[in-house]
Amino acid sequence: MTISRDYWQGFKDGSPFILLILPFGAVFGIVATEAGLNIFETMGFSVLVIAGAAQLVALQMMLENAPVLIVLAASLAVNLRMAMYSAALAPHLGPISWWRRGIVAYFMVDQTYAASVLKYEQNPDMSHGRKFAYFMGVVTPICPVWYMATWAGAALGTAVPAGLPIDFVVPITFLALIVPMLRTLAHVIAALVSIIGVLVFSFMPFNLGLLAAAVLAMMAGAETERRMPRIRGQK
Amino acid sequence: MSFTTAQIWTVIIGLGLGSFLLRLSFLGIIGNRQLPEWVLRHLRYTAVAIMPGMITPLILFPQATGGALDPVRISAAIATIAISFLTKSAVLTIFGGAAVLFGLHFGIG
Repeated sequence: MTISRDYWQGFKDGSPFILLILPFGAVFGIVATEAGLNIFETMGFSVLVIAGAAQLVALQMMLENAPVLIVLAASLAVNLRMAMYSAALAPHLGPISWWRRGIVAYFMVDQTYAASVLKYEQNPDMSHGRKFAYFMGVVTPICPVWYMATWAGAALGTAVPAGLPIDFVVPITFLALIVPMLRTLAHVIAALVSIIGVLVFSFMPFNLGLLAAAVLAMMAGAETERRMPRIRGQK
Repeated sequence: MSFTTAQIWTVIIGLGLGSFLLRLSFLGIIGNRQLPEWVLRHLRYTAVAIMPGMITPLILFPQATGGALDPVRISAAIATIAISFLTKSAVLTIFGGAAVLFGLHFGIG
């Protein structure tokens, strides 16, 4: 009964992201179709990868006719943050069975990670089974909508008038996720270091500048928290 | 785009498999072991460390304008941040930001 309540709580907490996933998925479907991918290739991306930013990076580099290995390196670099999400979820979901961890890994995206980690930090006493149920609840309204939105975008792709600033829906979506994260001084400093770092390191090829900036930003946030324990966010 | 079908699927499967392994990494290996406090302290800042850097070039140097500063996109980004602060709602922020973006696009041209 508790498990079912956790699932539906996750479903409820994940549902608002539908309004975010819909335009994001549609943007990928439209952009992929305009790049010349057919419906199977476009859906292949969204079903096998489920990571909008990395998919858009891969697509952009394919449009620039970069070598396959460079396309893979750059888009995987964008997804390196998933390893950090994996580490953040490990203390909470590590003890569940291996096949459940495989399912969590497949469905690990920005939104399912963010909603789950917030819940787990606020409720450290939840059992591992309840945490898994909550995660799957968050996944339910998000990932199927991602597939459907991609399909709809691909179907509509050719109908979107040229010249619309549709590309900019992507940064708007990310801003809506980032601003609420800036709840302590440490988070603000991490964000600033990330922005300045990516500009300073922009000479580095293949998205390596973003990775360097992110590592520095993480260290800056952690160091700020260590020096100012009283303003620390969630433990 | 001059990619062959085989090359396109190599990218799709390679990116899918690689992403899955990244997602599985710590979750698959660590299992029951507890991570040290300093690691957890760094992990609290992962999302806020990578996402602002990821969108900064998209806002300042959009590919659609050939990398030139675009008043419509910059204004929409500032409005989006303001809406997020005021409403504290991701959904209102996305639709508000998109409304400002397309409003300015059609207003300014």
